[in-house]
Amino acid sequence: MLLIHCPYCEDSLPELEFAYAGEAHIARPADPSTLSDEEWRDFLFIRTNARGPHYERWRHISCGRFFNALRDTVSDRFLMTYKAGQPRPQLNEAAE
Amino acid sequence: MSRFRIPGKGRVDHAAPVSFTFDGKTYRGLRGDTVASALLANGVHLMGRSFKYHRPRGAVSAGSEEPNALIGTSRGAGRFEPNTRATVQELRAGLVTESQNKWPSLSFDIGAVNDRAYMLFSAGFYYKTFMWPKSFWDKIYEPVIRGAAGLGKSPTEADPDHYASRYLHTDVLVIGAGPAGIAAALAAAQSGADVTLVDENPEMGGSLLSDPAVQIDGRPAWDWVDAQLGRLRAAGVRLMTRTTAIGYYHQNMVGLCQRLTDHLDTPPKGAPRERMWRVRAGQVVLAQGALEKPLVFDGNDRPGVMLAGAAQTYLHKYGVKVGDTPAVITSHDSAYYAAFDLADSGARVAAIIDTRDAVRPDLLDGARLRGIEVLSGHTVTTTRGRLRVKSVRAAPMRGTHVGTGRDIACDCLLMSGGWTPSLHLFSHTKGSLAWDGQTFLPDRKTEACEIAGAGRGLWGYADVLADGAAAGLRALEGLGRAGHPAGFRVANDRPGTGASHTELPTDGNPGKARAFIDFQNDVTAKDIRLAVREGMRSIEHVKRYTTNGMATDQGKMSNINGLMIAADALGKQPPQVGLTTFRPPYTPTSFGAFCGYLRGETFQLTRKTPIDGWAEANGAVFEPVAQWRRAWYFPRAGEDMHAAVLRECKATRASLGIFDASTLGKIEVAGPDAVEFMNRMYTNPWTKLAPGRCRYGLLLGEDGFIRDDGVIGRLSPDLFHVTTTTGGAARVLTMMEDYLQTEWPELDVWLTSTTEQWATVALNGPNALAMLKPLVQGVNWDDFPHMSCAECTVAGLPARLFRLSFTGEVGFEVNVPARHGLTLWTALMEAGKPYDITPYGTETMHVLRAEKGYIIVGQDTDGTVTPADAGLDWAVGKAKKDFVGKRSLSRPDIVAKGRKQLVGLLTEDGSLLQEGAQIVLDPDQPKPMKMVGHVTSSYHSTLGHPIAMAVIEGGFDRMGETVFIPMPDGVRKARVTSTVFYDPDNTRLKA
Ligand SMILES: [Zn+2]
Repeated sequence: MLLIHCPYCEDSLPELEFAYAGEAHIARPADPSTLSDEEWRDFLFIRTNARGPHYERWRHISCGRFFNALRDTVSDRFLMTYKAGQPRPQLNEAAE
Repeated sequence: MSRFRIPGKGRVDHAAPVSFTFDGKTYRGLRGDTVASALLANGVHLMGRSFKYHRPRGAVSAGSEEPNALIGTSRGAGRFEPNTRATVQELRAGLVTESQNKWPSLSFDIGAVNDRAYMLFSAGFYYKTFMWPKSFWDKIYEPVIRGAAGLGKSPTEADPDHYASRYLHTDVLVIGAGPAGIAAALAAAQSGADVTLVDENPEMGGSLLSDPAVQIDGRPAWDWVDAQLGRLRAAGVRLMTRTTAIGYYHQNMVGLCQRLTDHLDTPPKGAPRERMWRVRAGQVVLAQGALEKPLVFDGNDRPGVMLAGAAQTYLHKYGVKVGDTPAVITSHDSAYYAAFDLADSGARVAAIIDTRDAVRPDLLDGARLRGIEVLSGHTVTTTRGRLRVKSVRAAPMRGTHVGTGRDIACDCLLMSGGWTPSLHLFSHTKGSLAWDGQTFLPDRKTEACEIAGAGRGLWGYADVLADGAAAGLRALEGLGRAGHPAGFRVANDRPGTGASHTELPTDGNPGKARAFIDFQNDVTAKDIRLAVREGMRSIEHVKRYTTNGMATDQGKMSNINGLMIAADALGKQPPQVGLTTFRPPYTPTSFGAFCGYLRGETFQLTRKTPIDGWAEANGAVFEPVAQWRRAWYFPRAGEDMHAAVLRECKATRASLGIFDASTLGKIEVAGPDAVEFMNRMYTNPWTKLAPGRCRYGLLLGEDGFIRDDGVIGRLSPDLFHVTTTTGGAARVLTMMEDYLQTEWPELDVWLTSTTEQWATVALNGPNALAMLKPLVQGVNWDDFPHMSCAECTVAGLPARLFRLSFTGEVGFEVNVPARHGLTLWTALMEAGKPYDITPYGTETMHVLRAEKGYIIVGQDTDGTVTPADAGLDWAVGKAKKDFVGKRSLSRPDIVAKGRKQLVGLLTEDGSLLQEGAQIVLDPDQPKPMKMVGHVTSSYHSTLGHPIAMAVIEGGFDRMGETVFIPMPDGVRKARVTSTVFYDPDNTRLKA
């Protein structure tokens, strides 16, 4: 069982307290009506399915907050977690 | 005294006899014995029959890696366990054991004809033999194979024992309490760190318990162990015996299974049988040691053939001489010590056969001193003896050339093919392995762990102790602490090296050799070579084709031998062929230990409403809904479910019904931007909904499909009381939070789950208003039409009152703080007496809502249903620019013709349809038929005939058409109708 760091609680807690919530940094378009069918399809369904570092969303069930994480899908290691709304960190930042 | 027990020797209590039975015969062992050691003390080597060939087998090891000596154990009703390893099952008074996989008896077994037919059972036989003809599989192959092959019988009764679980956080977890583990724990414990030392055996000490002549720091091995365990205890180290580390997971979480009562004559009442520990460790030290490898030669599986180290363990730990005239075949120095110790205890060692040409001079001296003949540069070509080995044939070899052999009489044969570091737990962490020319060693680590001693290929006590101490110190440093290095003086050490082999060379026909690699699954060297000849290249394929390493021992003794032979057959180096994946658990683990407390009533929590107790006292039958238990119906004397539901339905339609709706999900949406938030989340328009009014709300996913629904009241301009489906409450709140936190953080809105804060009682029926009115204060009835809400008092209790209906009758939902729920319910029951108020359950609720065509999300919708598909277009705010899911409602697939649409169905013969039944347009079309939809809801009704709802392709255009529902007992015909079967003009709601 993983320990996951909630950036709001500032604590590393057992995986059981968390839920995966899909890929991160896919913002809902401000005005969906201006999108073509293809663009809307891509927003709904097309994901990177990364092998390796993956930007993704998690929810800390205990505090109720959504946050972002960078997790390696091969090793299942969390490289870092950060608050929702923060810009996508670069990989070398995560390594530090 | 048992024939093979040496008086006074071993760690067993010679003054404490324990009797037990094996296959109905009573034997006597000693306190401290295992079943295997007690049987061996009585001269019994034959302990089981093999899986596939039913070959007679004895214990080959003295530990948890045992593949052969699997027995059934029993201690009363429900307490039968199959496949227990006799080598680890401790003796207890009255223990009943039996051998497995034999019929009619262990010594005469009919299934052993499989052994003669072994050509049929070669590698891949599961894949090849039973391909033709197909019809034979069910009737002939499978029953025969299931009958003939297999391990123990499954228990048939529920397990009456209970199992515990606990969490543990520790600084350093040391796994394995042999010399390396003890040294590591001593090092780690010196600076106040929290240290835990675990071992799967009943006693700590590991290999030192089998090597009492070794001296450490001037003390005999056993004294030294006792003293160190005392020191550890004094330092506060947690010592856990009978505790197996079964799996090593991410971030240093280790699963430990602790066996608590199986070794006790009379377990304390209420004591758990086993306890599962989930340990989070700062640092882990793996000191699991090494497992001895068998040698691979014809007849290496006869009872009496066992690992040399096991014989040494039986001698020193249990005082059991495994035979009077042992012979030894080895490629490693360690077997010499086993032979010497047995000779020193009175056995006449027939010969030591060594595959190596050069033998260490001191070992040769030791043999000469004891009069033991050493045959170096020799192989074993076969053994003889039906139920017990009688002789071994040794022959000189030069490379692969085998010279003339000679038979050596013996009553047991001790073998050693060297030692395999125990890499299972390390491999669970995906740590990489390196090949050192003979075996795999741990290489790159992925976790904060240290590997010490024989587990990383070291041999000899001086090296192992020093390595353990260094590992403990490194673990301490990993925690940011410091300690002092320790040194150990070792005398009478037993260092050693060895050579590694594939099958031993033979002058016999290799096609006929029964040289076993995997004893438990009956896989031979020939099987591995055949698999390679038939095209298997990867070790994972060889494993699955031959089943090598796939039995309950997980290939502890067979994996490396299998790999060596596969690599040889492929002409590659072993690391190029690769090692199969080790998976948890390390040893077979009971389901009970994994379940822990999660069984029976504590399997999962049961949510109960404040009115649940009343329902129970009044004879309700309950049904589970999500995690709630809800009153299903309230049968009166003599009523079945059908009669009770019909009575409840009719009473509600005729006068007044009362229903506990407290499980409804409730969310408060509050704040200056609440209305904007509601507009964005729900399909409906909310801006113009006046405070004091409510509206049916529909929630979509961004994909346009219905996620949830419920009536939503606006209590004030910035406060909405949202209700959700019973099962959807948490999901809806999470979805709302997601949008609020991540998409629209600028909105000033607060979301609060209030499901359990409110008890909700629904009143429905033509007399609902008359009955309720006198109890309410604070409502202006002149302005409280259908779909109104108000904060008021009901029966003197603070309440949120909703006028709405899920039945088609005049209806109210009264919400009061949960602590008042029962008070409200009893007050309403009392006030309703003049109207014959009738409590009803969820089944009546379902029938009444279905008669009105009200859907249940998740029953009439399935995640692919849009508002239009469900006939709920009217609930979509077309003028709104955006809401969750709106853009998807104009996607090409969503507006395409032929989508499944929700309609009503009435059967022609008046029969009840089955929910889930498939619908076709032409019942005479060839199979497989084109299915155009399915029945979503179906009930007996108050209308004199059953009703149903269904989703059907293009359903709205099929009104009045006949569709067909093929069922096992014939095809049903049904007419497509509107979903509203009752009062389509809502005249009753407006009454
Ligand atoms: Zn948190």
